Amino acid sequence: MEEFLTGYALPVGIILAQILAIVVPLLVAVAYLTYAERKVIGAIQLRQGPNVVGPFGLLQPLADGAKLFFKETILPSGANRVVFLLAPVLTFSLAMVAWAVIPVNEGWAIADINVGILFLFAISSLGVYGVIMAGWASNSKYPFLGALRSAAQMVSYEVSMGFVIITVLLCVGSLNLTDIVLAQETVWFAIPLLPMFVIFFISTLAETNRAPFDLPEGESELVAGYFVEYSAMSFALFFLGEYANMILMSAMTTILFLGGWLPPLDIAPLTWIPGPIWFALKVALVLFCFLWVRATFPRYRYDQLMRLGWKVFLPFTLIWVVLTAGVLVAFDWVPK
Amino acid sequence: MNELLAEYLPILIFIGLALGLAVVMVVASYLVARQRPDTEKVSSYECGFEAFDDARSKFDVRFYLVAILFIIFDLEVAFLFPWAVSLGEIGMFGFWSMMIFLGLLTIGFVYEWKKGALEWE
Repeated sequence: MEEFLTGYALPVGIILAQILAIVVPLLVAVAYLTYAERKVIGAIQLRQGPNVVGPFGLLQPLADGAKLFFKETILPSGANRVVFLLAPVLTFSLAMVAWAVIPVNEGWAIADINVGILFLFAISSLGVYGVIMAGWASNSKYPFLGALRSAAQMVSYEVSMGFVIITVLLCVGSLNLTDIVLAQETVWFAIPLLPMFVIFFISTLAETNRAPFDLPEGESELVAGYFVEYSAMSFALFFLGEYANMILMSAMTTILFLGGWLPPLDIAPLTWIPGPIWFALKVALVLFCFLWVRATFPRYRYDQLMRLGWKVFLPFTLIWVVLTAGVLVAFDWVPK
Repeated sequence: MNELLAEYLPILIFIGLALGLAVVMVVASYLVARQRPDTEKVSSYECGFEAFDDARSKFDVRFYLVAILFIIFDLEVAFLFPWAVSLGEIGMFGFWSMMIFLGLLTIGFVYEWKKGALEWE
């Protein structure tokens, strides 16, 4: 009994506490990302944004959440009910689970596994199942078309994301996320691998179905894409999942290219600020770019989207992988 | 606990917790909110019209083609992961082996491109 308590119950309790310490701030961040999005786009378009509920509209996300919670859950008659309800649950869970390996500071990851980046890549690939399941199970035309488009788009950009990750791995020589951040102590990878950084950022926009690649939603033609038939909390889970994915992708960008929790320069006043704050600031900066892009660019056409993914990004990243490996081998810079 | 379990147990617990949280949210909302379905409300949405036919119909074969291309290239990325990590140990032999492999895949990619598999208009 004693052994059970100290050997299993205690570690599991600690793990649960750690998970809650990640999930709760994450959900708050998701709620306030929706607020930030409306405020930032409002400011860009010279509007006020939400300003009625609470001071500066700060309680708006809570009001939205409460509204969605008390709505009626509609189960369409033609839908395949199990898959229909499973899809939002899957989308939400996957967006959460990926955070298990994200190191917010040195040694702060809940699971510091040595295949961290592979785990992240795998979990973000699984996201496409939520979309396909939702679109197919709804048994309605708009969700079906939206899901097809979305799936094709997500898999197309995932290939170039994979190649970009490979270029970073070549410079690090490890799949562990902590090692990837520590390899950037001299210089952030955003500088030597600048083109890859730009391509990675654009791919994450496409991967999370954000403007200018929000064709799956395409409200002027497909109404809302794959979640047309959803309402109440099952819709809210898609919404939460999508925004949690945005934060996750920003965190990935931060870890791979912007030096994770490291300060920009290793000098006195900057090193006083703790790592998690640097991490949060960098993630917030990337997220701001997400919102900025949404307010600035018109939507792509589907053929342009596919052309960019397959004919521009794919060859370019492939060539860059060969170049990076070639340079590292030629100058004997390969990390041992 | 053994080492492997200690390393991956947090992820397992996390998956359980995330699934549980999602299910609880949907079920709680279903129980709390008033449910009054009727025929019109639960019929599939088609801009206010009656649904013409079932949505499980034919779709463009190009989506299928994209999925096949994706499998090839994602496998390629999967092969590159271990190669990228161990490049320091496998040296010139490993480097050139991968270059030949990538060259062969590029021939396939050029063929697809010329055949028009990547055209969407």
